[in-house]
Amino acid sequence: MNLEKVVFGFFIVLALTLNFGFFIGDIDNPEHHHVFELFAAVVVSLISTLLKFGDRTHMGAILLATSLVADLQLIVAALIWGWAEHVQPGGMTPDAMVSIVSLSGGALLANITSVVLLVAETITVRR
Amino acid sequence: MPGLFFILLRRLRKPLILLILIYAISILGFVLIPGQDDQGNVWRMSFFHAFYFVSYMASTIGFGEIPYAFTDGQRMWAMFTIYATVIGWLYSIGVLLSVLQDPAFRRLRNEYNFRRKVQNLHEPFYLICGYGDTGAILVKALADEGIKSVVVDPDENNINELELNDYRRAPLGIVGDASHPSVLETAGVTSSYCLGVIALTDSDQVNLLIALSTHLLNPATRFLARADSDEAVANISSFGDNVVINPFDIFAGRLVLALKRPGYYTLLEWMTGVPNEAFREPGFPEHGRWIICGYGRFGMTLYERLVRSGIEATVIEPQLEQEHLPDFIKGNGTGAGTLQRAGIEEATGIIAGTNNDANNLSILMTTRELNRDIFMVARQNNRENSLIFERAGFDLTMKRGDVVAHKIFALLRTPLLDDFLTLAADRDDSWINQLLSRILGVMDETVPYLWELKITKRRTPALYHACKPMAGEENHPPVPLFTLQRNPHDRNECLQVIPLLLKREGAVLLLPEGDITLQVSDRILMCATRDVQRQMEWATQNENVLHYLLTGQELKANSLFWRWLTGSKT
Repeated sequence: MNLEKVVFGFFIVLALTLNFGFFIGDIDNPEHHHVFELFAAVVVSLISTLLKFGDRTHMGAILLATSLVADLQLIVAALIWGWAEHVQPGGMTPDAMVSIVSLSGGALLANITSVVLLVAETITVRR
Repeated sequence: MPGLFFILLRRLRKPLILLILIYAISILGFVLIPGQDDQGNVWRMSFFHAFYFVSYMASTIGFGEIPYAFTDGQRMWAMFTIYATVIGWLYSIGVLLSVLQDPAFRRLRNEYNFRRKVQNLHEPFYLICGYGDTGAILVKALADEGIKSVVVDPDENNINELELNDYRRAPLGIVGDASHPSVLETAGVTSSYCLGVIALTDSDQVNLLIALSTHLLNPATRFLARADSDEAVANISSFGDNVVINPFDIFAGRLVLALKRPGYYTLLEWMTGVPNEAFREPGFPEHGRWIICGYGRFGMTLYERLVRSGIEATVIEPQLEQEHLPDFIKGNGTGAGTLQRAGIEEATGIIAGTNNDANNLSILMTTRELNRDIFMVARQNNRENSLIFERAGFDLTMKRGDVVAHKIFALLRTPLLDDFLTLAADRDDSWINQLLSRILGVMDETVPYLWELKITKRRTPALYHACKPMAGEENHPPVPLFTLQRNPHDRNECLQVIPLLLKREGAVLLLPEGDITLQVSDRILMCATRDVQRQMEWATQNENVLHYLLTGQELKANSLFWRWLTGSKT
């Protein structure tokens, strides 16, 4: 067993699960989407991006690309959250919540791709 | 660059992950710890405020406790995060600096920069492998001619020296082993601007490998190499259109030539000299017996050449066992006894040709004591010893680097030179001596400057149009060669220049007369100084100057408008 692979797999799967946990629920209901979960998703997503650096294979390049997409979507979602909560008068609205959750949904797709690729690679290794 | 960027990020993976974790924990702490607003109500920091606070705190900007003064709990957490983030940043920056200074990373960066510069090179260049004695002379000569070179050398010190030298055309250099094809490829062997590859490394094996790679990677380019052994010469010249130079062979050939035909030898030396080099005219002895000290590759080649051209030679060599040479003395040559046994008193010349500079100097110093009038030839192996060899004042010093560099430079300069020297070799000595005295009249204290004048639209536009009248222009005056020899400042004076050779559609004319009419695409080999070359270049490129030289009058109507105004027709 390779510890590096464990850490790598752990972060990629954790990024997906956290993302999913945030995404699930009514799309416009702020009660169903906790800000802590979004925060954790962003941090784990950033770390998994860094872990993917330096793999020169084609698979590594695609994994890095999916991760960058997830980062981008989640960071934009977090920015919208901050804007809605603090800058916009009146605080969080269902409209803003819809944008945030749908962005995180996009990130979820990217993370699913990541995990699918990881699983596919694992199956081909057969060791 | 992208590759380099990813390598940098991979090396920085650990500190960056650490930074993200420290930031995440700090932010989370501030969000979880309850604070107070200005009315004393419980107020929790949002992620937005926490990220803002941690960002300015971690970068030690410190705007204070925003938006409300902190509670003691928050201050305790802030204390922890200050130290954590500062340590995180210090560690990250430390790793970044050490990666940037890492020799392997720097080499990678240099290689990347070099590769990019070579790719952006949109002018003809020569690829030179090996920057030793020969390489340095050659790169300088090429730079003086305005030709760029790309240098590959495995020794970093040599490349540093190359970069520190102040050349007129800055060459590009890379540390690398030229026997690896990938290094050659990086250095631009496949580029369409690569005029030729010149292999000057110390090892025949490496030169052979470079020849093979060049032949396979870019068969169209020229290849020139130095080789010290006959097998290597045969090996490299066995494929492609390669030119191989054996410095010993060339030097021996030149020495025999100097003894047999001193006039032609002097002509050859002047014609193939590197620009700005002082010219010499050593007086060679006529006939007699020669002594060769050292029977290595150099001695062997010399002995063969001398004997073949009917010159007697005695060999002194300590390590030769069987006496298969008719005239052979076993000994060192550094002692007077051996030299006397070899008949030093009656010999015409002595060649100190061992591969040890101290021995060579010692042989010749001893010889000087025994026979003051003897002609002394020294072989200098190490560039560092130049000073003492010059001070010793021998009649001729053989420096391997000089021999190869001169030969290659002459080959690269213009193909006309080769034609000229071949034709001149067939002429008798009085013709050559006459030419030599003419050349002496046009040169200054350095070797004569040779250049090729080609009548083309691009390089000599004024001359091209003068030789090729436009359609409809009748009774166009012919342009004789002596027009170019007039001084652009005063046409009644002559430039100090000798046209050595004129080549026209395969026909070759040695020393063309001044009244020959020039035609388009004529190629003329000129011999003069660099100043004269510049003046002549002016006349061939500037219509006004050429008009003055042709007619003695200034060109009056220059612009179309002025021509129309004055009613002038031309």
